[in-house]
Amino acid sequence: MSVDTATVAKIASLARIKVSEAEVQAMVPELNGILAWVEQLGEVNVAGVEPMTAVIPNTLRLRADVVNADPLTGGDIRDAVLANAPVAEHGFFGVPKVIE
Amino acid sequence: MSNYRIQGATGEWEVVIGLEVHAQVTSNAKLFSGSATAFGAEPNSQVSLVDAAMPGMLPVPNMECIRQAVRTGIAINAQINKWSRFDRKNYFYADLPQGYQISQLYHPLVGEGSLTIEADEKAGIPEPKTIGIERIHVEQDAGKLMHDQHPTMSYVDLNRSGVALMEIVSRPDMASPAEAGAYLSKLRTILRYVGSCDGNMDQGSMRADVNVSVRRAGEALGTRTETKNVNSVRFVMAAIEHEANRQVDVLEAGGTIVQETRLFDPDTGSTRSMRSKEDAHDYRYFPDPDLLPLELTDAFVEECRASLPELPDAKRARYVDGLGLSAYNAAVLTAEVETARWFEALLSATAAAQSKGEADVAKQASNWLTSEFFGALNKAGKDLASSPISPEGAAELLALVGNGTISGSIAKAVLEKMLETGEGANAIVEREGLKQNSDTGAIEAVIADVLAKNTDKVEQYKGGKEALFGFFVGQTMKAMQGKANPGIVNELLKKALA
Amino acid sequence: MTNLTELTLAEIRGGVAAGTFKAVEVAESFNAAVADAQAALNAFIVTTPEAALAAAAKVDADRAAGKPLGKMAGVPIGMKDLFATKGVQTTAASKILAGFKPEYESTVSQKLWDAGAGMLGKLNLDQFAMGSSNETSAFGNVISPWRRPGDTAPLAPGGSSGGSSAAIAARLCPAATGTDTGGSIRQPAAFTGISGIKPTYGRCSRWGVVAFASSLDQAGPMARTVTDCAIMLEAMAGFDPKDATSLDMPVPDWSAALSADLRGKKVGIPREYRLDGLSADVAKSWDDGIAWLKDAGAEVVDVSLPHSKYALPTYYIIAPAEASSNLARYDGVRYGLRDLPDGANLQDMYAATRAAGFGPEVKRRILIGTYVLSAGFYDAYYTQAQKVRTLIARDFEEAFKQCDVILAPTAPSAAFALGEKSADPLEMYLNDVFSVPASLAGLPAMSVPAGVDAQGLPLGLQIIGRPFDEQGVLNAGLAIEQRAAFSAKPEKWW
Ligand SMILES: [Mg+2]
Ligand SMILES: [Zn+2]
Repeated sequence: MSVDTATVAKIASLARIKVSEAEVQAMVPELNGILAWVEQLGEVNVAGVEPMTAVIPNTLRLRADVVNADPLTGGDIRDAVLANAPVAEHGFFGVPKVIE
Repeated sequence: MSNYRIQGATGEWEVVIGLEVHAQVTSNAKLFSGSATAFGAEPNSQVSLVDAAMPGMLPVPNMECIRQAVRTGIAINAQINKWSRFDRKNYFYADLPQGYQISQLYHPLVGEGSLTIEADEKAGIPEPKTIGIERIHVEQDAGKLMHDQHPTMSYVDLNRSGVALMEIVSRPDMASPAEAGAYLSKLRTILRYVGSCDGNMDQGSMRADVNVSVRRAGEALGTRTETKNVNSVRFVMAAIEHEANRQVDVLEAGGTIVQETRLFDPDTGSTRSMRSKEDAHDYRYFPDPDLLPLELTDAFVEECRASLPELPDAKRARYVDGLGLSAYNAAVLTAEVETARWFEALLSATAAAQSKGEADVAKQASNWLTSEFFGALNKAGKDLASSPISPEGAAELLALVGNGTISGSIAKAVLEKMLETGEGANAIVEREGLKQNSDTGAIEAVIADVLAKNTDKVEQYKGGKEALFGFFVGQTMKAMQGKANPGIVNELLKKALA
Repeated sequence: MTNLTELTLAEIRGGVAAGTFKAVEVAESFNAAVADAQAALNAFIVTTPEAALAAAAKVDADRAAGKPLGKMAGVPIGMKDLFATKGVQTTAASKILAGFKPEYESTVSQKLWDAGAGMLGKLNLDQFAMGSSNETSAFGNVISPWRRPGDTAPLAPGGSSGGSSAAIAARLCPAATGTDTGGSIRQPAAFTGISGIKPTYGRCSRWGVVAFASSLDQAGPMARTVTDCAIMLEAMAGFDPKDATSLDMPVPDWSAALSADLRGKKVGIPREYRLDGLSADVAKSWDDGIAWLKDAGAEVVDVSLPHSKYALPTYYIIAPAEASSNLARYDGVRYGLRDLPDGANLQDMYAATRAAGFGPEVKRRILIGTYVLSAGFYDAYYTQAQKVRTLIARDFEEAFKQCDVILAPTAPSAAFALGEKSADPLEMYLNDVFSVPASLAGLPAMSVPAGVDAQGLPLGLQIIGRPFDEQGVLNAGLAIEQRAAFSAKPEKWW
C-alpha cells in the first residue's frame, strides 16, 4: 500500500497537523519508503498467533473508589491544573469559540 | 408486534430503533483518577493532573466502576466477559484533554443480554416484548464546553472529564416511540435497583443516542441516523417521532438518507444535522497501551451477583403470586426502587403491628399506599422521598383501621393531619377523640332516634325502596360524628328495620 | 585534592559518607563543569545549579546531624528532560512544551531526590525521545565530547538520551537518567563509552515521564560503571500504584549482589545478529566479549532468534502508532504552545499549534502512526505487528531455555557524524537494529563499553536478560567491564 498526496493530506488533517502543499509533496516519498519497508511484516506467518497484549506477564490492578486518596492523582487542585494554560479565565480554559 | 406505522403519501412505513444509552456509573471517584464525581462543583475543581492529561499522566482503573458495570450486566442477564480490554478512541475536541477517549471497542466488559418491556395496550404495546442488548462497555465521559460566557471564546470545564460511563447498546429491536420510551424507562428502573446509576436524566446521568431508520414492511434495513445525547424519555420519543417522519418525507420525495449525527432540539421537538462532528469518523481505535487486559476472577463476578437486590421483574411477580396484589398495584409499586422499598417497609411494619403475616396485610397496605397515600402526598405537593410519614408511622395508622379503632373515612382525616403536623396516628386519634364507637346500646339509641325522625322514609323502605338503607346509615353515622363502627351500624339497622 | 568530576557515583557517595569531601563541594565542581561545557556540547536544556547545591547542602547537614543517608546521597545527576520536574521547565526537547513548568514531579525523579541525589539540570534529548542521534531536539543538537582523531567534525552522542550520554562522558555529571523505547539508553551509552541499563518493562514507574510509546518506554540509569548503574537503578525502581503497568515486586539489592563470577552461567550468541556487512570492528568487539565471558566462567552457546529481522519494522509500526495517540494531548489548550492564527477556529488552532510545535521527525512518526491505525489499515499494520511482536518475544523465551543471558553488539557501528544519517530516516532507524528486539519483548538489557574502533571511538556490548533478571545482566556487564578495562575518555576540547 502506498500513499499519495491526497492521502498524506488526509492523514495530516486527521492528526491535526497543518501541512503545506510542498510539505505534502516531500512527505509522500518519505512515508512510502517507510511503509514499503514495514510491509515486509506481511510475509511473516502469524497463523494462530495472538497479538501481544502485555509485554511482561502482569495483570491489571484496580484501585479503590476513594476520592483524592493520592494528592498526585486527585482533584481540588484547580490552580495547578490551570497554571500552564495559554488562556485561563474565571476558572476555565479558554479556546476559540466553538459553534456546534 | 408493534402496529406503529407512519402513513406516508405513498404508503406505510415501519420504524427501526436502537438506543445507545450512556449511564453515569455511581462512584465516588472517576474511572481512572481519584478526583470526585459530584454534580455541580466549581469549574475545574474536580480535575486531577490525570484528567487534565498533563504530560506523563497515566490511568489506573477504579474497581467500583468495574464492579457496577458487572452488576448491571448480571441484572440484564448478560454475558460477563472475564477478559476485556480498554481501547483508545482518538479524536480532537476541546472537551477531550487526552485527544482520545478510553473506551472499549473490541472486547467489552459485558456482552449479550436483554430486558423485557411490559405490555401497554394504550401505548400500542399489546404484549411484553424482549429487547436485545448487544453490550455494555465502560468508558470515560468528556468535559463540558460553555459557549455563552464570552463573545469570542468557549470555556472548558473538565469536571466531568473522566467520570465513568456505561454505554449500554441495544439491538435495533424497537419499532415505535412508545417501545423506545418503555425500554429507556425500564432500563432506568433496573439501573436504579442495581444502584449502578442514579438515573437523573436532567443532570445528564443518563442520556441516549437514538438510532432511527425507516423501511417499508418486509424490506431490508434503511440507512440510519444517530441523534446524540437526548436526555429524557419524552424527548427520546419525540426525537424518534420527528426523525422517522423526516426520513419518510425525504424518501418519499425521492431523496436518500445520509448516515449522520444529528442533534435534538427540545424547544422545537425536531432534529438537525450536527456538522461539527462530521469529520471525525476515523477514530483509529487501538488497545490502550497504558492499561493491561482487565481479567476478572470467578469470585469477583460471584460477589457482584450476590450483591444484587431483587430486581423489578422478580419483585413484580412475587407481589402478584406471593402477596396476591393486583397486576396494576404490583406494577406501580415496583416501577421505582424507592417505592418498592417503602412498600416493603410498610408491609413488614403493618404485619408486625397487627400480628399478621405479610400476605394477610399486603392488599390493605398496597391499596392504601397506591390510592390513599399517593393521593394525599400528591395533594400536599410531596412525594415518598419528602414524606413526613415513615412506613412505621403509616403502619400505625393502618393498624387502627385494621383493628376497628377508626373507620376508613376517619383514617383519611387522620392521614391529612399526620401529613400536616407530622404527629403519629395514635396520638391524633386519642387527642381528637376519633375512636370508633362499637357500643351497641349507644348505637341502638341513635338508630331509634333516626328512625323516629324519619317515619315517612321508614314507610317507603318497608314498601320496597331498599336503596334508602344507605340514607339511614348516613344519618346514623352523621349523628355519631362518623365514629360509629360501620359494621355494627349496618347490623343494628337491619335488625331495627326488619 | 582529587578532581571530583572524575569520580564515579559510588566514589562520590562513599567520599561524602566518609567525610572525605562535602557534597556541596561535589555539586560546585559539577556545576562548574556543566557551565564550562554548555556552549560547546549543548547537553542541557536548562541548568539548575541551585537545585544541585540545595540537595547537597541537605545531605551535608543530614550527615552532620548523624542522620542516615540515602542511596544517592551527595550525588549530583542530570535529569533527562522527559521527566516532569516540579517548577522546572520540562519540554521533551519540543517547542510544543516550551515554558511548561509541571506542577508535579515524576515518580522516578522524586525517588532519586528522596535518595539524596541533586539535580544539575534538564538534559537535552531527541524531541519526544524520537531519534538516535540527538539531531531532532528543538533546542539544538547535542555534540558528543568524542571526536575522531585529527578531525573536529561534531559526532552524534547517540539518542535519544544523548544529552545524558554526552554529559556523563564529558564528566559533567557522574550519572544521569535515561529512557529507552527502542534503544535510547543503550545506543547513546555505546556511542560515548559509558554504561546504561534498561530494566524489565514495569520496573521503573512511567508516571510523570512524557510518553513516547507506552508499551515500550522504560526509564533507566546511565553512568560510567556497572556498579553505578546498579546503585542508581535501585533508587529509581519500584512499584508505583499510579502506573497500571508497574511491576509489584520488591527491588533487589542489585549492587550488593554484583558478581563477575559467571561459572555455571550460559551466554547465548544469537546467530541472526551476525548481519551481512557488520563492521569488522563491531564483529571483533563481539568476539572479545565472548572471550571475556568465557574467561569469567560462562559457557557460550549458539541461540536462534528467528524473527530478529522483523523487529525494526514491527517497532516502526507500534511505536509511531502509540506515539500518534500519546501526543494528541499537545493541542494548545491546557499547557504549552498555542498558535492561534487570525480567524482560526478550534480545529485550525490544533493544526497550527501542532504544525508549529512538533519537529519534522515527530510529525513523520505521528503521520505514520495515524496512517497505520486508520480505518482499513489497522489489521494489516498494527494487529500484524502485535502478532509478530508476540513471535519476537517467543523467540527470546525459547532462547532463554538454553542460556541465561544473551550477548550482542549494542549498535551496528560506532558514533557517526552529525548530519551523516539524518537525510534518510530509514538509515537512521537501522541504528537500533540490535537494541529494538529487547524493547519489544520488555526484557532487561544493558550496554557496557567494550573497547574502541579503529578510529578510537567507543563501542558497546549489549547483554539481554530474562524478565526481572537485572542481576544476571548486571553481573555479565561487570564481567565484561572488568576484562575490557575500558579507560578511554574524550580529550577535553571544549
Ligand atoms: Mg456510541
Ligand atoms: Zn460512548
